[in-house]
Amino acid sequence: MVDFDVVELPPHDAPDVGDTAPDFTRPLVDEEYWEDASLSDLTDEGPVLLVFHTMDGAFPSTYIWNNLRDRGVPEEVQTVGVSISSPYEHKTFLAERGVDARLFSDPAADVATDYGIENDLDDMTGITEHRPAVFLLDEDREVQYRWVAAQWPDFPDYDEIVAAVSDA
Amino acid sequence: MSDDQPAITLYRLQACPYCERVVRVLDEHGLDYRSRFVEPMHSDRNVVKRVSGKRTVPALVDENTGVTMSESANIVDYLERTYGNGEVA
Repeated sequence: MVDFDVVELPPHDAPDVGDTAPDFTRPLVDEEYWEDASLSDLTDEGPVLLVFHTMDGAFPSTYIWNNLRDRGVPEEVQTVGVSISSPYEHKTFLAERGVDARLFSDPAADVATDYGIENDLDDMTGITEHRPAVFLLDEDREVQYRWVAAQWPDFPDYDEIVAAVSDA
Repeated sequence: MSDDQPAITLYRLQACPYCERVVRVLDEHGLDYRSRFVEPMHSDRNVVKRVSGKRTVPALVDENTGVTMSESANIVDYLERTYGNGEVA
């Protein structure tokens, strides 16, 4: 990508393949409204691709969602995002990206703590967000596939995600 | 969403006093409800229009009775008649 070493992120403590992903309840936003929803409500209906990303407006969020959208991933599997952005920002983001997905709002990043993927932002004092990470969960929230950012920035291998989703 | 969802759904706007008036009555009667929050702009409230025929909030859907209604005074009347002792707060 660039001709110098990209900054490494510290070790993380994210759930691994075979682990049960922590459940949580947060406002879940679609293009029309938001309401409290639990991750387990979604997995009860089938596999879920859970995508943690930077706050809406940062370019990695745009890249990740454009790529998932262009590969038709949200049409293949329930796909939900999580970021610290507010429900209002999420609604705008979904409209701008034209993506058929829903986004959890987790402003305090407590879910990042539960998943061991906090990312304290340098010189944005008081702001912790979610380290970019992708989990494919089955109906029991067991992790089937996992990707966690190792660098800042870092992006998943979308072909791997598509392959994992196809097997789900 | 799933089968254990409350029968009552309230479409509401954050900090809308008419919505809070309805919430107070729901709470007074110990009624379980779920909230769906929409945007301040009327033009961004298609879901409310689809459900109730209007873009105004609050709008309440009660699957116990099959009733959908708008306007807080109407909703409060309805809740008191259906779940209370009929005295309007």
